[in-house]
Amino acid sequence: MSAGTKGAVETAVTSERRLNMIEAINDALNIMLERDPDVIIMGEDVGYFGGVFRCTAGLQEKYGKTRVFDTPISECGIIGVAVGMGAYGLRPVPEIQFADYIYPGLDQLISEAARLRYRSATEYIAPMTVRSPFGGGIFGGQTHSQSPESLFTHVAGLKTVIPSTPYDAKGLLISCIEDNDPVIFFEPKRIYNGPFSGYYDRPAEPWKRFDASVVPEGHYTIPLGKARKVTEGEQLTILAYGTMVHVTEAVCREKGIEAEILDLRTLVPLDIEAIEASVEKTGRCLIVHEATRTSGFGAELSALVTERCFYHLEAPVERVTGFDTPYPHSLEWAYFPGPIRIGEAIDKILKD
Amino acid sequence: MADRPEGAASSNKPALALHVPEPKYRPGDAVDYSHLNIPEAGKQARPDETVEPKEIASFAYDLIRVLGDDNRAHGPWDPKLDADTLRTMLRNMAMVRAFDERMFRGQRQGKTSFYMKCTGEEATSVAAGMALASDDMVFPSYRQQGILIARGYPLVEMINQIYSNKGDKLKGRQLPIMYSSREHSFFSISGNLATQTPQAVGWAMASAIKGDSRIAATWVGEGSTAEGDFHSACLFATVYNAPVILNVINNQWAISSFSGFAGSERTTFAARAVGYGLAGLRVDGNDALAVYAAQQWAANRARANAGPTLIEYFTYRAEGHSTSDDPTGYRSAQEREEWPLGDPVNRLKNHLIALGEWDEDRQAAMDQQCADEVKAATKEAEKNGILGHGLHHPFRTMFQDVYEELPWHLEEQAAQARRERETKWPGEEPWT
Repeated sequence: MSAGTKGAVETAVTSERRLNMIEAINDALNIMLERDPDVIIMGEDVGYFGGVFRCTAGLQEKYGKTRVFDTPISECGIIGVAVGMGAYGLRPVPEIQFADYIYPGLDQLISEAARLRYRSATEYIAPMTVRSPFGGGIFGGQTHSQSPESLFTHVAGLKTVIPSTPYDAKGLLISCIEDNDPVIFFEPKRIYNGPFSGYYDRPAEPWKRFDASVVPEGHYTIPLGKARKVTEGEQLTILAYGTMVHVTEAVCREKGIEAEILDLRTLVPLDIEAIEASVEKTGRCLIVHEATRTSGFGAELSALVTERCFYHLEAPVERVTGFDTPYPHSLEWAYFPGPIRIGEAIDKILKD
Repeated sequence: MADRPEGAASSNKPALALHVPEPKYRPGDAVDYSHLNIPEAGKQARPDETVEPKEIASFAYDLIRVLGDDNRAHGPWDPKLDADTLRTMLRNMAMVRAFDERMFRGQRQGKTSFYMKCTGEEATSVAAGMALASDDMVFPSYRQQGILIARGYPLVEMINQIYSNKGDKLKGRQLPIMYSSREHSFFSISGNLATQTPQAVGWAMASAIKGDSRIAATWVGEGSTAEGDFHSACLFATVYNAPVILNVINNQWAISSFSGFAGSERTTFAARAVGYGLAGLRVDGNDALAVYAAQQWAANRARANAGPTLIEYFTYRAEGHSTSDDPTGYRSAQEREEWPLGDPVNRLKNHLIALGEWDEDRQAAMDQQCADEVKAATKEAEKNGILGHGLHHPFRTMFQDVYEELPWHLEEQAAQARRERETKWPGEEPWT
């Protein structure tokens, strides 16, 4: 079994390449397959075809069919065999084609992968990185749009990671694969090809126009549990992750708000120090996620901020979320927590 | 009745009826097993291990038997074990039974919360375990203590685990009998049913990916074959030709639900193999020689890269599901008495006697020796404490191993737990 290598960010920039998030993920997988013979990739359509979103394109050809292969349409089976592979000493990176399809694998994730280290008192572990595209904004309807992250943050023993840029996606994914705990790695598919402002009626912009698409060659890691400060600001703190990082940034820019936006990057373990420091500075906190509201991760964040920063708060903590409905196909943009909902919440927090 | 779509013609088709399975016998009923087709021992052919599954589809409906009513071994499945190996097998099975007896009593005496016997099913773990190499990886369910005993796992360690005491290598985290021993290639028992089956397949796939020579085997109850995990396991096993053995222990009962609720009214559990293209064998699970031979056949097959095997061991759960169960409430007591495949320990004992390699006196002496060994191990384990008497692992261990490293939120929660202990038992209870 290869040892997990964690720690300092390694930035051996040898050239300035601009990649979208799909290419950055492919790059991370390529590097880990190259570096660690125990890494294998499996999932529906990930082999010859290279994945429905192309994240594994070319990898089977390069590393062979026993390192990168297709699986039956059985998420329970995919996660179940990954647990056994982890127990053997491999470092599987299973792909679940859409986060909406992950539920048949939940027992294997929650009861098995998450608890194997604990229940066996470290005799067996289940290192695995479950990659899965999540979130809406692509007209995916109710079965290709969900954001189920809070189901996983609620599970002791799992880590949950969500990148928001190509640079982060590569560094975080490498960290996840090298981690000895099971990790859920949700890829916000709306921003695979370019950041999303939330103004859906404006033209999409490709990643290459943005600095965060500069992805160094070679191996580098971004440690799990460290948030990224997207913007400095004094007026309020905004906690977001994935697609909503870009939406909140765009809204603040349009409204001329000087917000301190924290891209959490890792929900578990959470960078509580960064959150506390920022809220103590601004005294106001908005939480934004695309997932449904009730028992969403925003509720956890709101509770943490209230418990730990109460005497610094100038206004109640606000949440902007998706509505507690299934993700509707034709009314996608009515569901999506876009600029109007976010703008209203900012106005409310800043009012007093 | 639910409304029909508006405008749909009212139907003159016959009324439908739901079938809900019902076991043949309930408490007090006289039991008659004449409907069971029990073929004569030695009549079943033994195909080559590399056979195509479809050529042996009929084996899924037959019953492989070696030990006949004359206590002799018959036919091509006779594994032809030497007398020393047979005596070891008998002793392992007797030890399992002695261990079960004492642990069951221990639970009744309040030394632990829970226990599960495997009485009547000893052959399915002991003989099957002995047919594997010691480093083949096993993914057991909760009634395979026989594998640990056959692999020489110390009884004291088993009892420490059952007592969740300070000697328990699993730090008191698991329900009693949910053992784990990496040293003995014995996977951590889950308690959630059938989850181990795709894990075994995954382990076997990993072994094949690496060009290793070790195979995997898993055990699952017939009731748990209803879980999706089992079907995923069968499919992944066949798709990737995984070097794995899927053992289904058909002991007829899943707590109070008879095997009909897992589909046995229409077919056999071995027949699940047919649809998946796995080699499928149905075996007399109370015939230790047949169990050994079938497991050995499947192991040879896996080792030759010839494919996975699903084996149904037809047996009977002679006792309750666990210490929390009382089977007199749902099944006839006569079932056990009339079980036509007999008792696996007695059958092997009688075989050794028929061979002139054993006698009743030696059996009685061995049984006594097993009981004494278990008793001594119990006394030894009790030095480490019994459940609920304070001799558990230090409190801090509760927060360890959730993750490889302790995250801040668990550090904070551990500090809370520590304050609670110190408030309740100032300076007494061990934190570290």
